[in-house]
Amino acid sequence: MMRDTVILRVVVKLLLPAILIFALYVQFHGDYGPGGGFQAGVAAAAAIILYGMVFGIDEARKVVPRSVVNTMIPLGVLIFAGTGVASLLLGENYLDYSPLGSKPVKGQHLGILVVEAGVFITVASTMLAIFYVFGGRADEADEKGGEG
Amino acid sequence: MVVVVIGIIRAHNLFAVVILGGAYSFLLATVLVVLDAVDVAMTEAAVGAGMSTVLLLAVLHLTRTREAPLRHAPAIPLLVCLLTGSALVYATVDLPPFGLADNPQNQHVAPYYLENAEKETKSPNVVTAVLASYRGYDTLGEVTVIFTAGIGVLILLSRRRRRRRDLIVKDEGGSKHDA
Repeated sequence: MMRDTVILRVVVKLLLPAILIFALYVQFHGDYGPGGGFQAGVAAAAAIILYGMVFGIDEARKVVPRSVVNTMIPLGVLIFAGTGVASLLLGENYLDYSPLGSKPVKGQHLGILVVEAGVFITVASTMLAIFYVFGGRADEADEKGGEG
Repeated sequence: MVVVVIGIIRAHNLFAVVILGGAYSFLLATVLVVLDAVDVAMTEAAVGAGMSTVLLLAVLHLTRTREAPLRHAPAIPLLVCLLTGSALVYATVDLPPFGLADNPQNQHVAPYYLENAEKETKSPNVVTAVLASYRGYDTLGEVTVIFTAGIGVLILLSRRRRRRRDLIVKDEGGSKHDA
């Protein structure tokens, strides 16, 4: 899309690690400060999308291939639901994380972390998948316009 | 925010409308920060201003950037908007005053969460504790909604492309492959 803009490319390269670190910070600091899986997922997806917008969507697809994205969408839901099943198997109510740790408090803490990871995976990959599909269609339109 | 909304209504260039929509989302996010809802503000800034703007720009890339001329008078939509708006404003009259401690929403389960969330989940951010632990079912439902939406978009948008590719292959005897 904007492959010739040097300033943009350099600034994006500088910004990308910061955005990704911020996403991970929001993800794992969500228990202590504002944020959580949802916000972190969108931030991480935004980093990849920014990369895709500046360097072309094919470069972004090399970093995060579509097959990975398509696997991650259901994987997050499965992690979330699987945590619930795990607590069921350990003899508690569905999605009650208390038996997951040695003490109920630890179990709750671990459960929240795992569940937030599931949210993160699904949200980030869904955003990316939608962007890939839309961006792919835009590229297709470009090709068609170039040929005609 | 009012100025931005008037700008959105007046603007006929859809690119300007998308950018103004992003600006509106950021303003809304600052309002949410003022209301102490930092988690919601982050979501609004990321999704409303970031993701939707990017997706709308991708859509604009596929269509024209000028607004299509109106084919009918805007009287009925205007009437519906005014009716809904006035009904909502009328409903706010019945709301309890903002931020009082003895409001219903501060009397129900909120005190329990505030007192016990940190003890029971070791998570000082009560919002996360409520979202992930006490209201795990709701969050699981939300994730499922996102999952379903993503799958739906993927199915809708990739199927059309495949059909088009089939047509190309049929038309030209399979000689052309677009990557």
